[in-house]
Amino acid sequence: MRHREAMLKTTLRITLLVLMVGGLLVATPCWSQETYKIGGIFSVTGAQSFLGDPEKKSLEMAIDAINAKGGIDGHRLEAIIYDDEGDPTKAVNAATRLISKDNVLAIIGPSATPTTLAIIPVVEEAKVPLISCAAGIKITEPVKPWVFKTAQNDVLAVAAIYNTMQKKEVKKVGILTVANAFGESGKEQLLAQAPKFGMEIVANESFDAKDTDMTAQLTKMRTTKPDAIICWGTNPGPAVVAKNMRQLNMDIPLYQSHGVASGKFIELAGEAADGIVLPTGKILVATLLPETDAQRPVLLSYIKDFEGRYSMPVSGFGGYAYDAMGILEKALKGSGGNREKIREGIEKLTGYVGVSGTFNFSPQDHNGLGSDAFVMVQISNGTWQLLR
Amino acid sequence: MNELLQYIFAGITNGAIYAIIALGFTMLYNATELINFAQGEFVMLGALGLVSLRTGLHWPLPVAFAVTVLGVSAVGMVLERLAIRTVRKPHPIVLVIITVGASILLRGLAMLGWGKDSFSVPYFSKHPPIQVSEATILPQSLWIVGIVLLTVGVLQFFYKRTLAGKAMHACAINKKAASLLGIPSERMVLLAFAISAALGAVGGMIIAPITMCSYDMGTLLGLKGFCAAMLGGLGSSFGAVLGGFLLGILESLGIGFFSSSLKEPTAFLLLLLILYIRPSGLLGAKAVKRF
Repeated sequence: MRHREAMLKTTLRITLLVLMVGGLLVATPCWSQETYKIGGIFSVTGAQSFLGDPEKKSLEMAIDAINAKGGIDGHRLEAIIYDDEGDPTKAVNAATRLISKDNVLAIIGPSATPTTLAIIPVVEEAKVPLISCAAGIKITEPVKPWVFKTAQNDVLAVAAIYNTMQKKEVKKVGILTVANAFGESGKEQLLAQAPKFGMEIVANESFDAKDTDMTAQLTKMRTTKPDAIICWGTNPGPAVVAKNMRQLNMDIPLYQSHGVASGKFIELAGEAADGIVLPTGKILVATLLPETDAQRPVLLSYIKDFEGRYSMPVSGFGGYAYDAMGILEKALKGSGGNREKIREGIEKLTGYVGVSGTFNFSPQDHNGLGSDAFVMVQISNGTWQLLR
Repeated sequence: MNELLQYIFAGITNGAIYAIIALGFTMLYNATELINFAQGEFVMLGALGLVSLRTGLHWPLPVAFAVTVLGVSAVGMVLERLAIRTVRKPHPIVLVIITVGASILLRGLAMLGWGKDSFSVPYFSKHPPIQVSEATILPQSLWIVGIVLLTVGVLQFFYKRTLAGKAMHACAINKKAASLLGIPSERMVLLAFAISAALGAVGGMIIAPITMCSYDMGTLLGLKGFCAAMLGGLGSSFGAVLGGFLLGILESLGIGFFSSSLKEPTAFLLLLLILYIRPSGLLGAKAVKRF
């Protein structure tokens, strides 16, 4: 009996070994140069998974595409991706591991502002280029030599909203922001830029990310008679706000942030989404863009590749990682795997047309996006309309 | 003055939800002296169950409602049978920690089952908001308050008029004496779990249309419900209802007259104050007179 068991075990082991070796042989085509390792840190699970999951998928997709073309200067690319679960401590651990153990050339991510800010000292000390996928302005201002980012700043989104409001002769604005880092950053910008556009903030309220009812805040705001209300948050809170406004029969125009720029918001808010105006990256309205728009072909090919490969709807968030890899690809060319040369390559890159906008990096600007990165859209009958 | 009315309407709607969750806590505490920290997760299961049956399978509302209640109370019973009854030394702190574990497990399973996205459900009836002077009420709020009051009534009837209810009452007063008199106390505990899970599910379903449902919606609601139960006096059904409405209205007045960032502090400060002045809660009388 025991003998037979031992036999079985040996057979199993040999089978496994054969399978593993076979797998290795199949997966390893001939590469003339050593592999370039690229690190990735994303919030693949947890509350920020709506950012991290498409980012991870987009990075993998971009790397596979580069390898299929023959890599960079004959070097194969390999992604080493860790999940920080939205936790700054885990992000720091992941960054340390990527640098000291995996010895990566550059890091893409993390997905959120707090996690990015946490790892900046680590990459600065180790002198590893970092291209963050988070939006917070503090990441690239003041400029840090080794830190770049691909997501649009809140500054641009706020400016886009106020621009539209100015055209509609809005003077008094009520703001309702979510009580977390995203909402606080938005609130800061909304308050700071208001005077420049001649806006008066007449109400300044907040709600908790998990609140189920905002009628009390809205009732209070109504008493100040604003010309428009700006709600700044990520799903599901802003959808509740939209529904509550219908419920209170409030006919004040509602503006939302780019934080809800996805089909999910329309699904959640239902009829109450109608008429809402918000800024978004061009990805939501790629097919509506004029043929002359430089981003149009890039967007359409990204959407086609992503949706074809993952059979899930595309969002703007994956584009941050996709752009980061595209920028890194340009910088890696001819760098010979030297981190300082990669850093310089990114800093010198101009006119790179990506999913989130056209990047023009410089020693003073490590985000590189201009106001054309956002377009204003209006929701009508459950779809997005480009606002001109 | 007109805003005041609107704040109160908002408070009553939220308060009704806190009330029904608080009732679930109270109900179980009466039968088992156990605080079930998975109560919020029953609320979440109720809401997400309704999402699946209504928007996924397009079942008619009454059927979806009934099936969800039965399903969630089955989950409650399984929890009791597998995790609570099997504990060798049922020390209260051990049981409480088990319920905390159960809540994490249920949340994790719901995340796997429903994903991390939020969902919404249509209102129970398609009426436009009702205008009362300058304030508006959503028909769904009337549904919520109505269903909560009905539930309280049914629960009272159960305690006062049915044999099972009286038996549960007896178990609550003295478990050993009750079992000596031939009351199957273990089955009573099982029943209490089923009913409190059902209460949670009802709470989840009535709020589903006015808010967004996701796997992690239960935690905060559970905490608020616990607050309401403590406020009213743990163990008292009327106390739970009173505590729920009080908490809801105070929260909304806190937003209206102070600041929206003071919403949670207002509620929890009040709780601390009441616990300091009246540790047994507003209506929490002596241990025996709990119903």
